[in-house]
Amino acid sequence: MTKVTMIVNGKAVSREVPDETLLSDFLREKLRLTGTHVGCDTSQCGACVVHVNGRAVKSCSTLAVALEGAEVTTIEGLSNGELHPMQTAFNEHHGLQCGFCTPGMIMTSVDMVARYKSEGRKLTAEAIRTELEGNICRCTGYHNIVRAVEDAAGKM
Amino acid sequence: MYPLKYHKAASVDDAVAILTKGDSAKLLAGGQTLLATMKQHLAAPGDLVDIRAIAGMSGIKAEGDTLVIGAATTHAEVAGNSDVAKLCPMLASLAAGIGDPAVRHAGTIGGSIANNDPAADYPAGLLAVAATIVTSKRKIPADEFFDGLFTTALEEDEVITSIRVTRPKRAAYAKFRQPASLFALVGVCVADGAGGVRVAVTGAGDDGVFRHDGLEAALAAKWSADAVKGVKVASDGLLSDIHGSAEYRANLIRVMAGRAVAAS
Repeated sequence: MTKVTMIVNGKAVSREVPDETLLSDFLREKLRLTGTHVGCDTSQCGACVVHVNGRAVKSCSTLAVALEGAEVTTIEGLSNGELHPMQTAFNEHHGLQCGFCTPGMIMTSVDMVARYKSEGRKLTAEAIRTELEGNICRCTGYHNIVRAVEDAAGKM
Repeated sequence: MYPLKYHKAASVDDAVAILTKGDSAKLLAGGQTLLATMKQHLAAPGDLVDIRAIAGMSGIKAEGDTLVIGAATTHAEVAGNSDVAKLCPMLASLAAGIGDPAVRHAGTIGGSIANNDPAADYPAGLLAVAATIVTSKRKIPADEFFDGLFTTALEEDEVITSIRVTRPKRAAYAKFRQPASLFALVGVCVADGAGGVRVAVTGAGDDGVFRHDGLEAALAAKWSADAVKGVKVASDGLLSDIHGSAEYRANLIRVMAGRAVAAS
């Protein structure tokens, strides 16, 4: 067991957990932040994507105890009273059906738009599809997800 | 995952000490392969030694015409680094094509080559440019480092600290991706650099990454995509699985070599 302290959605949290605890389990079981989903548990599907120190990572492939002092943002921490523009865009463009993949899609997309903006690169529809390679949706066929990301990119 | 003890190494010596006395201890960097393997119970280290917090273990610098890439440098950092773009753009584009963005934010160059997955991208890139793998004990030429399927020249208590790549005259990597895993079904790196003209192939060999003599001879005679067209690539010793037969992979090696040369 190791006591780990990190900043989750802006608040410092400490928990004593077994060393093999995955970040996804830490968030869901210890902090009850169940917006982060675990789909495949093999790093393929991307439903568990959160931001660690500002970068999108798969929380099912990250050890919680390795993140002492890290800043973690989950889907619950994205809205600030109002929905984040990416959340609004997914709503408006019907970028989801069952919604299981949506938290990971949104966390990946927010990271993607921020990276492209900071690097001054143009985020085309094709680039969005390539960037979403690590996020699997079995409902929508992706078209509306791509439209949502394009729309939100203009508003972020 | 089985219970384990996590250690954050403060120095290379510290990491070596825990590796030596630990219970089937393993090094942890990005964990993008190791943690998945542990979840499947294909690995069960009692101790994990995280090397990411060791000073100097990550980051990239240029020493003249040589790139020095810290072992714990992520794929995203290699892909976006200006020194890599200047001295060896092949490596930047190779790194940008590994897995997906979230994997690239965590996975590291040292982790990739220490694992030496037969379908990983870095082994082909580093073998083609005759990179040098610097460890806690010695400097290992890429030719001696990659030692077959998931096997390297590393000893049990040896830690990769950096990778040195001398600017090649030209180099390019072309990858035919297995669309589900995003690993290489066949990946070919062609380079004209410190080690001469070299062609390294990943994803295809049943004993991991290898160099192809016929393609190297053809490109040494004439560096052009046409030059590889007449080269016979035998299917002996190539992988055959549900994703592609050995014959299919043999054909892809020639095709991807041609594409790599065209892109160089």
